[in-house]
Amino acid sequence: MDEPFSPTKPIYLQLMERIEKAIVRGDLAPGGKLPSVRETALAYGVNPNTAQRVYAELERQAIVETRRGHGTFVTEDADRLAALRRSLLKDAITAFVDGLTEMGVSSSEIVHALARHLADGHHTLEGGTDDHDPARP
Amino acid sequence: MTPPAPNPIVTFRHVTKLYTNVPGVTDLSFEWPAHRIIGVIGPNGGGKSTILKLASGLLHPTSGEVLVDGVPQNGRIRPEVAFLPDSDALYPFYTVAEMTAFCGGVFPAFDTARARALVDFLELSPNTRVGALSKGGKERLKLALTLARPASLVLLDEPLSGLDPLVRESIVRGLLSFLDLEHQTIVLATHEVADVEPVLDEVVLVHRGRIQGAASVEAIHAHGYRKGLVGWMAEAIGG
Repeated sequence: MDEPFSPTKPIYLQLMERIEKAIVRGDLAPGGKLPSVRETALAYGVNPNTAQRVYAELERQAIVETRRGHGTFVTEDADRLAALRRSLLKDAITAFVDGLTEMGVSSSEIVHALARHLADGHHTLEGGTDDHDPARP
Repeated sequence: MTPPAPNPIVTFRHVTKLYTNVPGVTDLSFEWPAHRIIGVIGPNGGGKSTILKLASGLLHPTSGEVLVDGVPQNGRIRPEVAFLPDSDALYPFYTVAEMTAFCGGVFPAFDTARARALVDFLELSPNTRVGALSKGGKERLKLALTLARPASLVLLDEPLSGLDPLVRESIVRGLLSFLDLEHQTIVLATHEVADVEPVLDEVVLVHRGRIQGAASVEAIHAHGYRKGLVGWMAEAIGG
């Protein structure tokens, strides 16, 4: 089973985030089929009602589409996927900057420290260590 | 989309159950919506088991009324209600397969093929004697026999109690694989909430024979109690 969910945030939001990340990472390709609601519930150890709700919300946001009798698929709309990627990036940066600002780190310090960190090679472009892929039950 | 909540599957109307020696439950009135996984939580001895037994029809209230799917419980076994008791309800001299066949003869609509699939999923061997099963093995068998009945109300009394983490996970996975929330409601009594927190829709907190609180787990998580469900419980009990 996956990393446990935090009990301080609704599980459907956390599960949605994990699936969105799988899409942005490309683990779930554009046009690719998502596992069924039941498979997703089982893979993440959550209530099927929660998984159903996540699928409905992703569909409402046009990130996935459900084809009756065939299942749920990642959208092939490149603009929508690019927007999703931007939005996840923005969320991650906001959390990162907020954390540092709270520690009293200034904007210019953040920029310099980040540039130095990247230059030192403390990052990998192939950061895909997550082998708990919901797309492959 | 969470399925709509039409008629409640369980209704308690001013239900009191008194025992001679031990505390029971007092003046309980509530409704449980269908198509959900509902956790009945709280400290041991608070009345969780009594509530499940009343809902199952195994216990009759001292006063008040219990309805399942709108029909009063009158002590008769109903095919639409499945109950997994906390106590050991298995015959040690049977094998797993024989125990399954026995239940097939006792319970109307018992689905033997489904029972076999459950036994297989839960990694039980059909030829093992029930008496030789570990506690975890017995609990898994009880779950298999309970979920093999196509009941609209499934009551599980402490299915995780005293089991090691791997068995608890196996039981939760078995439940998630075989339940059918379009047709079923699961009520699960437990004093250990962490394992089931991600699978519950709603919780009812029972303490000292009364309902101390009821809430959707999503609302509890959104509220941001430091330890989630445990934090909510502690606050509701005032501990």
